[in-house]
Amino acid sequence: MRFTWFNLMPWPYLPDDFREKNRSVWVDIPNTLYDPKKGHFVYHQYMDQLEYAETLGFDGIGCNEHHQNGYGLMPSPNLIAAGLARRTSRAAICVIGNSIAGYNPPIRVAEEFAMLDVISGGRLVAGFPVGTPMDTNFCYGQIPALTRDKYREAHDLIMKAWAEDEPFAFDGKYNQLRWVNCWPKPIQKPHPPIYIPGGGSIETWDFCLDHDYNYSYLSFYGYLRGKSLLEGYWERVAARGKDDSPYRAAFAQIICVADTDAEAEELYAEHCLYFFNRCLHVFPPFADPPGYRTVNTIKYGALSQLRLEAQRIMQGLTWKQLVDERFIIAGSPETVRQQLEECITGLRIGHLFCLLHTGNMPDWKTRHSTKLFAEKVMPHLRHLWPEFKDDQRWWIQPMEDRLHPEETRPGAEKQGQEWP
Amino acid sequence: MKARTIETRKGARCRVLEAGSGMPVVFLHGAGGLLADNPFLDGLAARYHVFAPELPGYGESTGEELLEDMLDFTLHGWDVVGALGLTRPHLVGHSMGGMIAAEMAAIAPNDLGRLVLASAAGLWIEEHPIPDIFALLPGQLVELLFQDADKGQALLTGGVDFSDMEAFKEFYLGQQRRLAMAGKILFPIPNRRVSKRLYRVTAPTLVLWGGADKLIVPAYAERWAQLIPGAQVQIIPDAGHMLPYEQPEIFVDALSRFLG
Repeated sequence: MRFTWFNLMPWPYLPDDFREKNRSVWVDIPNTLYDPKKGHFVYHQYMDQLEYAETLGFDGIGCNEHHQNGYGLMPSPNLIAAGLARRTSRAAICVIGNSIAGYNPPIRVAEEFAMLDVISGGRLVAGFPVGTPMDTNFCYGQIPALTRDKYREAHDLIMKAWAEDEPFAFDGKYNQLRWVNCWPKPIQKPHPPIYIPGGGSIETWDFCLDHDYNYSYLSFYGYLRGKSLLEGYWERVAARGKDDSPYRAAFAQIICVADTDAEAEELYAEHCLYFFNRCLHVFPPFADPPGYRTVNTIKYGALSQLRLEAQRIMQGLTWKQLVDERFIIAGSPETVRQQLEECITGLRIGHLFCLLHTGNMPDWKTRHSTKLFAEKVMPHLRHLWPEFKDDQRWWIQPMEDRLHPEETRPGAEKQGQEWP
Repeated sequence: MKARTIETRKGARCRVLEAGSGMPVVFLHGAGGLLADNPFLDGLAARYHVFAPELPGYGESTGEELLEDMLDFTLHGWDVVGALGLTRPHLVGHSMGGMIAAEMAAIAPNDLGRLVLASAAGLWIEEHPIPDIFALLPGQLVELLFQDADKGQALLTGGVDFSDMEAFKEFYLGQQRRLAMAGKILFPIPNRRVSKRLYRVTAPTLVLWGGADKLIVPAYAERWAQLIPGAQVQIIPDAGHMLPYEQPEIFVDALSRFLG
């Protein structure tokens, strides 16, 4: 079982009346709510936390891409990942990922991901989301009905750019490039592990299975609500005749650990409610532009997380509901361990994205929860999936003799002192 | 009106409403498609041979995957005219249909009689940004489309009882399908640069507008008239964006006077 410490990087200063005064945390959130000078400290704190997670033994540290979004301060996760690559040397750097339908040309992603893989010594996990409609359609102007087509083309271009050793011409519908010649290329061969984060489009399942990519269901609504979707995925895996390695799937879960269940509420309730009440307050039409979801997905009933129904759930949530209905997994190490085991085995996932920072949680609480998780929860869940313990298909293959740039070293002053 | 299905040379299968006799008039619908009641088509059919094709993705028409960009939509328009066997029809386009009709008239200026643009999409004036129809709650859309929102709601839903879950689902799916198609030429900004091509329009042109249009405000009527050589403008005071539906008689009357 693998664990990645993931930070969405929410803006922690949304006002108390944010929900009443604004229609959306995403797309048209008032820009005046952002304070760049406070932002300076926020970025460093969040990046420090990711680095801290590595020292505690998490397998990966993760970031993702959102635009014009009050709960995601990473329009470019690659910048964050670049910083992490210089201050860590062991954990996988999971960029989940770049919304490739919005890049022009998408070869930029092939180049930047290759740079990250090289700088990190082969530790990149490369995520290729279609991108949420908020990001890809409303912020980045892509036509909803053509987004998936453009996504697939961008994917084909990037993968070919990584695979080919000779320059080639790419005559795509959305991208025409006479000279594709990815330079640099990634360390990991044939390519870094590919993760496809999905919100709930059933087309994504087949795409993952066509290419044997990991399917990551990034939900904020917990494993009980994620179950039907993951069941659909596993049925599809079986129907396609693929093996059922749990490492084919990952899931994101908000987790809060304290010494006791009561302490968890005391420490974390306000920050979790901040996340659900303010950070997920999205104007419903932004979540569902016509053409983004295919008619098949709509008919399947896999409703987008942020549509009207979801907004109704969000209103007036209490800590008790969050915990009882398993939106979040919170409590003592023993409580969290039990519920996580149910989550992991119930969904059949080999990789958990642990959202241990939530909403406006201060640094000390984040570290408290993270440390307890690493010391008292994670070791007890490692043993899960023993029959797949050697399955490395969806994991990084770093260079053995890579550098450890976090250990400060002086530059060479004389010939012979250079790094190898 | 009777309905029939035609197949274009490209392979799209389109349902076409048809009635009347005389000069052919092709009516191109807006992003919401033809509503259930179209009294203005009946009115026009009293004088003309009226054809109202539905775009792929609308109603029973299929082949939406064949149309991806503005040129596809424009040529599709002419393919439909060809499949109907019409020669130099008058083109009447409403809203998104006006955008398509204007493109058709620019690309093949000798192949139509007269051109009518009613509340046409297709231009962008920075001082008058058009609301994002892809980011609206249902109630907000009705407010923007109609001068009288209550009447508008009834027209828009065509008497579908939304307390019936199945009926609502069907309407919702239809609306998603229609606007997915419309998004190909309207998202994120409904401007595919027809303004660069309008100098080519030689057909006598009438720009018709609802004076109370809140979606594409009447300033756009003036802009169309500036861009199309010799175009005339007529503003209809008591109508919003859905002018053919809100004022069918005045609409038919204006067209009859212009088309002759």
